[in-house]
Amino acid sequence: MSSDLFWILISAMLVNNFTLHLFLGLCPFMGVSAKIATALRMGAANIFVLVITSLVASFLNAYVLPHAPYLRLISFIVVIASLVQIVEMTIKKVSPTLFRELGIYLPLITTNCAILGLAIFQTNRGYGFLEGLAFALGAGLGLTLALVLMASIRERAELADIPALAKGMGLVLIIAGSLSLAFMGFAGLSTP
Amino acid sequence: MTGPENATELVRHAPGAHEGGAALLGGTTTPTQDFLRGVWEENPVLVQMLGLCPALAVTNTVANSLAMGLATFFVLTGSSLLVSTFKNLIPKEVRIASFILIIATFVTIADMTLAAVVPEIHKALGAFIALIVVNCMILGRQEAFASKRPIGRSLLDAVGTGFGFIIAMVMMGSIRELLGNGSLLGYSVFGPSFEPWIIMILPPGGFLTLGIILLGFGWWRGRKAAEVPRVRRWPHGVASRRAA
Repeated sequence: MSSDLFWILISAMLVNNFTLHLFLGLCPFMGVSAKIATALRMGAANIFVLVITSLVASFLNAYVLPHAPYLRLISFIVVIASLVQIVEMTIKKVSPTLFRELGIYLPLITTNCAILGLAIFQTNRGYGFLEGLAFALGAGLGLTLALVLMASIRERAELADIPALAKGMGLVLIIAGSLSLAFMGFAGLSTP
Repeated sequence: MTGPENATELVRHAPGAHEGGAALLGGTTTPTQDFLRGVWEENPVLVQMLGLCPALAVTNTVANSLAMGLATFFVLTGSSLLVSTFKNLIPKEVRIASFILIIATFVTIADMTLAAVVPEIHKALGAFIALIVVNCMILGRQEAFASKRPIGRSLLDAVGTGFGFIIAMVMMGSIRELLGNGSLLGYSVFGPSFEPWIIMILPPGGFLTLGIILLGFGWWRGRKAAEVPRVRRWPHGVASRRAA
């Protein structure tokens, strides 16, 4: 059982990395990956919201949605959005320092497809409470890893002598492609 | 839900999106411009870099790209129509929440329709149909256009942007299927002797294809910018984007 959970975590983090393999959460990946410090903060905020979302999605799947499956999408998005809002207000009240650290990233996460994607994937795969938690943790760590890797490469690229033509989004996408290629190597980890 | 300032922040954060906002605030666009802007000049994927998740995730074949493009087109047009119709009834404070609810309703319709009509494509697209809800392109159009403009104009804008999205999707899908599988829409193009570039239909191929398309556009714009004195300038935004 515990090895199952560990495998779910590793799989979500490396083999099926949310950003580089499933293309979820690309907006922050492109938007806030210019500096390592910001990338780390964004990653932390993401892990936080992913774990909470997973808990709520487990609850909804167990108690609410069996009665009304067609409301799945609508209830997920509404609950996630209001939850992020509540979390934001709580953090603001309890720890203003942390709130300043996370800043604008918390609300922006609502519209991050990784969050809704996690809830939907978790439902499709029939994960329970603990499996969902491992999945969310792995997905969050994977997002953070991808963000930090990307930010490190971009900080280097700032100093490199790159033709003016290649600067900007084109270069970022090519770098992402190479990273994705490298992450495909983890596919060999999969259990039989 | 996210407050109003966060939503505008989101739209503003998207690269290239602010030019569209500026053109709107000027209020000088004609219906033709409303339509054409989204198709090419401010193409959601290729210029504004919005809606990247589906553009990279499901474009491994032309059929999948087309189905995704059409589904998104339907959701965008339906939501713009509804948002524009009810714009005076929706309170400012909860408008983002209302937009997302309207979008989620249309996505549910699209999801069920696809499952009934083309089950195998629905299976291939998987969770990405549900993820149309969080496609920033759709929310962006509601916030920037449909919630402020008359119904007819909003429809034109949605249809234009939707067409632009379909064009970008089919472009990506054609390149990836042609190189990665040697076929188009399932029909073999290069014959049996062609060695497919498997990488193009795998996830890295999505990043690489879009990256190369963007580099190509950058090169093309650079060449056009070099001959600006002779060429008539476009009425909005292009010169500043070239400079950027």
